[in-house]
Amino acid sequence: MKTYLKTTINGEDKELLCEPRQSLLDVLRDELELTGTKEGCNNGNCGACNIMLDGRLVNSCMVLALEAQGKQVETIEGVADTEGLHPLQEVFLEEAALQCGICTPGFILSAKSLLEKNPNPTEDDVRLWLAGNLCRCTGYDKIVRAVLESAKRLSESPQSEVAS
Amino acid sequence: MSGSNNGNSQNGNGYRIIGSRPVRHDGVDKVTGRALYGADLRLSDCLHGKVLRSPHAHARILSIDTSEALASPGVKAVITSADYPETESKIIDLGEGPAILKDLRANLLADGKVLYKGHPIAAVAATDPFLAREATKKIKVEYEVLKPVLHINDAMAEGSPLLHEDLHTDSLGKKSDKPSNVAKHLRFEIGDIDKGFAEADEIFEREFDTAMVHQGYIEPHNATALWNADGHLTIWSSTQGAFSVRAQTAGILNIPESSIKAVPMEIGGGFGGKIPVYLEPIAAMLSKETGKAVKMTMDRDEVFESTGPTPGSVIKVKIGVKKNGKITAADASLAYEAGAFQGSPVNCGMMCIFAPYDIEHVRVDGYDVLVNKPKTAAYRAPGATNASMASETVIDEIARWASLDPIELRKLNAAKEGTVRADGLAYPRIGYVETLEACESHEHYKAPKEGSFRGRGVASGFWFNCGFKSSVTVSVEKDGTVRLIEGSTDIGGTRTSLAMQLAEILGIEAEDVRPMVVDTDSVGYTDITGGSRVTFATGLAVIEAGKKVQQEMARRAAQLWEVDASDVEVELDVYRSKSDSSKSITFKELAGSLDETGGALSEQASVSPQGVGGGFGTHIVDVEVDPDTGKVQVLRYTAAQDVGKAIHPSYVEGQIQGGAVQGIGWAIYEGYHYNEDGHMTNANFLDYRMPTTLDLPMIDTILVEVPNPGHPFGVRGVGEVPIVPPCAALANAIYDAIGIRLRELPMNSTRVLKALLKEKGALPQGVEA
Ligand code: FES
Ligand code: FES
Repeated sequence: MKTYLKTTINGEDKELLCEPRQSLLDVLRDELELTGTKEGCNNGNCGACNIMLDGRLVNSCMVLALEAQGKQVETIEGVADTEGLHPLQEVFLEEAALQCGICTPGFILSAKSLLEKNPNPTEDDVRLWLAGNLCRCTGYDKIVRAVLESAKRLSESPQSEVAS
Repeated sequence: MSGSNNGNSQNGNGYRIIGSRPVRHDGVDKVTGRALYGADLRLSDCLHGKVLRSPHAHARILSIDTSEALASPGVKAVITSADYPETESKIIDLGEGPAILKDLRANLLADGKVLYKGHPIAAVAATDPFLAREATKKIKVEYEVLKPVLHINDAMAEGSPLLHEDLHTDSLGKKSDKPSNVAKHLRFEIGDIDKGFAEADEIFEREFDTAMVHQGYIEPHNATALWNADGHLTIWSSTQGAFSVRAQTAGILNIPESSIKAVPMEIGGGFGGKIPVYLEPIAAMLSKETGKAVKMTMDRDEVFESTGPTPGSVIKVKIGVKKNGKITAADASLAYEAGAFQGSPVNCGMMCIFAPYDIEHVRVDGYDVLVNKPKTAAYRAPGATNASMASETVIDEIARWASLDPIELRKLNAAKEGTVRADGLAYPRIGYVETLEACESHEHYKAPKEGSFRGRGVASGFWFNCGFKSSVTVSVEKDGTVRLIEGSTDIGGTRTSLAMQLAEILGIEAEDVRPMVVDTDSVGYTDITGGSRVTFATGLAVIEAGKKVQQEMARRAAQLWEVDASDVEVELDVYRSKSDSSKSITFKELAGSLDETGGALSEQASVSPQGVGGGFGTHIVDVEVDPDTGKVQVLRYTAAQDVGKAIHPSYVEGQIQGGAVQGIGWAIYEGYHYNEDGHMTNANFLDYRMPTTLDLPMIDTILVEVPNPGHPFGVRGVGEVPIVPPCAALANAIYDAIGIRLRELPMNSTRVLKALLKEKGALPQGVEA
């Protein structure tokens, strides 16, 4: 039996019917066609599906869609705005922090949540926080550098977007 | 040498674009989530397919009853191998090697026997993925369960259960009388091996055993097929080669290649594992049966259990050496797991095992061995990493015995231009010695080693790289930008490395080129993205097409000025009349005048290059071993590689870093773990442990640039070499740290701890070493 779900995704209210067994990842991808959130494992081990749920970083494959009832969901589609790319996205491009790119949305969400909690992370902080995101292409070197560089840029910019 | 980021590339060497680091063309789509990977495709009225897989590693199928599944809610079709169209047996080209059609078919849908856990038996199409999955559970299969063959040594033993009762060993060209699990025995030989060993002062003979590992790309396999009423089949999938999807699917389904359009979606990693098709022909058959599009995606456990990992192996190495460290002879025997069907990359391992050395007397034997595990596939320098683990750790032992620095010993025996490899090939200009020198003079190698249970290791590796066929089309837009149409799927930034070569030729900016990877109907034949060949071979096609465009632009300028074409000279993007210096026009301006000079300008090039530049790498690693847990921590890592010429240094560094880290995973974490029944017990990313950010330091790279004479800019393939040295480098570092030689992979905590306890005589009773 389908159940009514009302949730806010990237600032927009959404109402839909979904199966109680459907994960938030399934609903994002299959019902709402927000395919920027990726599936790598469907059991919480790779971080490709990471999103923010009421400001908390979660594996969307491990959350039932109905748990998003009345909550705020932020996905990769909501990271850039009309002004342009988020600094993390810009730095990922400049630093070549992606190869195939399948892990990138998850890494950007994870890194964004780190920088919101800790605007000046050390390399160890970054490595610890991102340990739940697998990337098989890059060896992580350029990803870690990109996150450190983004932190620097964000803390230098006058009206930091981090707090928003 | 200096450079931005952590790589060291000499730039400013006469090139404008090559060696610079522009933002990749597909970058914005990939950081915003807009890039469409295979699973992101949404077609209207699309069904979903799911595969029923064998719960047994080895069994005869006695009967299959699909009637209940067919009657389940939402189910539109169920197929088994009985639904395959008739076809004669033949060999088809997989891109990185030939495949036997009969085996391909039996691997995709089992025929009479299941040969590994996860072997597909049937497939269902239903209105919803959940209903499709539920229906697979209603297919009734009766099995006669057989004893699985899980290790090479068991498979090769007299009286072993047979996977294929009709398989006879092809031994040095002759067929064996009795059926066997050994599909092939191959040999390479140069010089006189007995003479070589007779000249040696000491002989080192060692045996190695390595586990099966997976490429571990983050994106699971997927395919969507639509078999239209007009007989045309369209396939969208994540693949390393759209033309290979077409060829394999056409072969399996016995239809003309020309009736298939293969559309390569963005691909979330491949590393060799997305060359074979697994879902495409099945989705196509389900689509034909139902008249609707059918989409299929794999779960992670299906990826582990049912796609092609790379083989485990048993390798014996024997090296003879003089007191001064000069190697006199080398002999090796490599037995590689083929998996359920023949065709392991053992031949590549055989060519690579002593490739870095100039040895007069060499013999290498190879065995392709069937076991009840998934059919193995290519994984980044397929076969070379196993081989290098064996030879490069023995080389380290020899260096210690000869009291030579391991890099010194390697330099003493290093292969150079003209050195003949075991398979008889003489090297063109190569840069192996240069990678050794780069490591020797690197700060990492000179840094003092401090602390107990810490050690440093070095190892080298080689990979051939490939040429194959590539096609591109270049079209000039009126605003002076250029469209670059190519068929090489872009896994790691090759749109940009190709666009940069075109920009260099035409004297324009990399951003003025719009590279596009298109379907098989829209570009000339192009082989797979594999063998580290795209920037090299497709690059050559780009250069050729670029030169044609330049020539035609010159002709257009001549037309504009009403002079002879031979009167026009080109410098960067400026076209000038030699006879009248007042006449000059830029590429952009000229592009705006195309309409007045004959209309659209589009040039095509197809190449099949020779002149492939093989690549060598040498890696240095520092580790710390925890004596209480056996855990190996990588403290520092430096990788030097002869890259020929780095077109986009950031992506070259990225290839080296990514390859090195996959090698680190192979060395100390990863491996298929089987129980007695032949069930993989770690078919998920938690238990199949790939390296994470937390396990690693930064990976320093040294880009050594010894140009490949076979490419105008000197490009060598770079993607595969870096996975070759790490296992041996780690093993050598672990020895340096704890004084124990480990000859089995992975060197995970359990194995290291057991080795430490055994050394102390403290291994608890009942624990196997
Ligand atoms: S798909 Fe959710 S963690 Fe991997
Ligand atoms: S870029 Fe491919 S998995 Fe990270």
